[in-house]
Amino acid sequence: MSSVRPSDSQANADAATAVVPRHPRFVRITHWVTTLAVFALFVSGLEIVLSHPRFYWGEVGNVNTTPLFTIPLPSSRATVPTGYSFVLADQNGWSRFLHFQSAWLVLAAGLVYVLLGLRSGHFRHHLVPGRADRRWHAWRATILDHMRFSPAAFGATSSYNALQRVSYLIVVFVLFPLLIWTGLAMAPAVTAVLPATATLLGGRQSARTFHLLVTIALVGFTIVHVTMVSLAGFPARVRAMLGATPETPR
Amino acid sequence: MTDISRRWLLAGGALAAGAAVIETLATAGRRFGLVPPDSGGVYGIGETLNYAAHRVFGRRSFAREFPRSMISAKPFANETSPSTEAFNRYQAANFANWRVIVHGQVARSLRLSRADLRAMPVSSQITEVVCEEGWSYVAEWTGTPLAAVLTAAGVRSSARYVVYYSSDPEWWDSIDIDEAMHPQTLLTWGMNGSDLPVPFGGPVRMRVPRQLGYKSVKYINRLLVTDSLEGISLGSGRYAWYAGI
Repeated sequence: MSSVRPSDSQANADAATAVVPRHPRFVRITHWVTTLAVFALFVSGLEIVLSHPRFYWGEVGNVNTTPLFTIPLPSSRATVPTGYSFVLADQNGWSRFLHFQSAWLVLAAGLVYVLLGLRSGHFRHHLVPGRADRRWHAWRATILDHMRFSPAAFGATSSYNALQRVSYLIVVFVLFPLLIWTGLAMAPAVTAVLPATATLLGGRQSARTFHLLVTIALVGFTIVHVTMVSLAGFPARVRAMLGATPETPR
Repeated sequence: MTDISRRWLLAGGALAAGAAVIETLATAGRRFGLVPPDSGGVYGIGETLNYAAHRVFGRRSFAREFPRSMISAKPFANETSPSTEAFNRYQAANFANWRVIVHGQVARSLRLSRADLRAMPVSSQITEVVCEEGWSYVAEWTGTPLAAVLTAAGVRSSARYVVYYSSDPEWWDSIDIDEAMHPQTLLTWGMNGSDLPVPFGGPVRMRVPRQLGYKSVKYINRLLVTDSLEGISLGSGRYAWYAGI
C-alpha cells in the first residue's frame, strides 16, 4: 500500500498522486490515536499539576523548599500555598489512571508509526527535506513565506514544505522521546532499574520540570499545527487525514 | 465472494485471533504473577501493563539510595497524626504500649512492640519519599526489614500479599509478597538518626521506597498476610494499587 510521492515539496500533485489518499493508512490511524491519547494526557496531566503547581530543580522539592517557579493556579491540596482562598477537589485518582493508560497508547502508536515509517521510507521521502530545500536560500524563502502568511507556507496539497517537515521530525524524534523519558524519570520503580533516567537530567524534580517544559513545547506545536491546517483549509486537510482522495487538485 | 463479505470474514477472523491472543496473555499473565488486583475496569489495561512491566524488568531492582549529604534539611510531613483520643494516649506514654499485630497466613501470630522490632535485624537506607502529587524529600530511614518480621512469624508458602493497616482507620494498603520480602521494604521506627517523629509516621511507618509515598503508610499497627485480596479494599485513596509509577 505504499505509494510513491514526490520528495520535493515544490512538486505539484500529478495524476498518480491524485487517486491515492494523501496520507498512508498507518499515518492516518496513528495520527488520530496519538491525537486522542495526547488530549487525554494533557487533561489528566494538567489535573495532576493542580495537586502541586510548584516546580523545582534538582533531586528533591516540596512546600518547605524554594521553587524554581510556581504556576499561578489554585491547588487541590490544602498544604500547598497558592494565594487562592479555596482548595479544589482531589481528582488525582482517575487522572493518574488515565495518564498512564494514555501513555501506553501513545507509546504503542508511536512505535507502530516509527517502525512502519522507517520500513516504508515515509521519513526519507515525506519528512526529511529534499535536497533542493536544504539550501540556505530555500530555508530563507520558506521562512519568509511563513512570516508573510503567503499561501505557499500552507504547503502543497500533496506534500509538506521544509519547515513543516522539520517541525514534524522534531515532534516525532525529539519532543515525544523527551516526554517519555522525563515522564519515566519521575517513577521510583523506573529509576530503581535505570537511575540514569533521573540523574542525567539533574534529578527527579528536574525531570518533572523538563516534563512540563516539553509539554509546553508540544502544546505550542499543536496550536501552530491546527492554525496552519485552518489557514490551509481545515475541512479539506482533515478529510485528507481521514483518508479522502483529493478530487479536485488546485 | 463479494468484497463486503470478505471484509467481514477477515474482520471476524482478526477479532477471533485477537480474543485468543488476549486469553493466552491473560492466562500467562496470571501464571507469572503479572496481573495486579485492580486489573478490571476501564483502566485495568494500563494498570496491568504498569505492574507487568515492573514484574518483568524491575523485580530485583533497588530503589536509589543517596549520600548523607543529600538528606533534606526541610522534609515535608504532609498530613500528620490522627489526633484520636486513643492515639494521643499512646503518644503520651511514648508509644510503650504500641503493638504491631502480625496475623493471617503465618505459622504463629505476633504482637510486636517497638522494643521487639528494635531487637530484630536492623536496616538503614537513605531514600527519597516521592509523593504522587509531585513533591519529594530524602531522609535516612531506620527500621526492621518486613522480610525479617514475616520470617519470624513463619510466613506460609500460600501467602501472596501483605495488607498493612494504620491506626488511622482511613489508611491501609497492600503489596505483593515479593515487594514485602524485598530488602528495602522496612517497618521503620527511626528517621535521620532519632525516633521516627509522629508527623512522619511514628511510632512505626511502612517504607516501600520502590513505590510512591502513598504506599508508605504511617502509624502501622497491624499486618495481615493473605493469599487473596478479595473482600479487602485496595488502599484508601482510590489510587492505583501498584504505585511504582
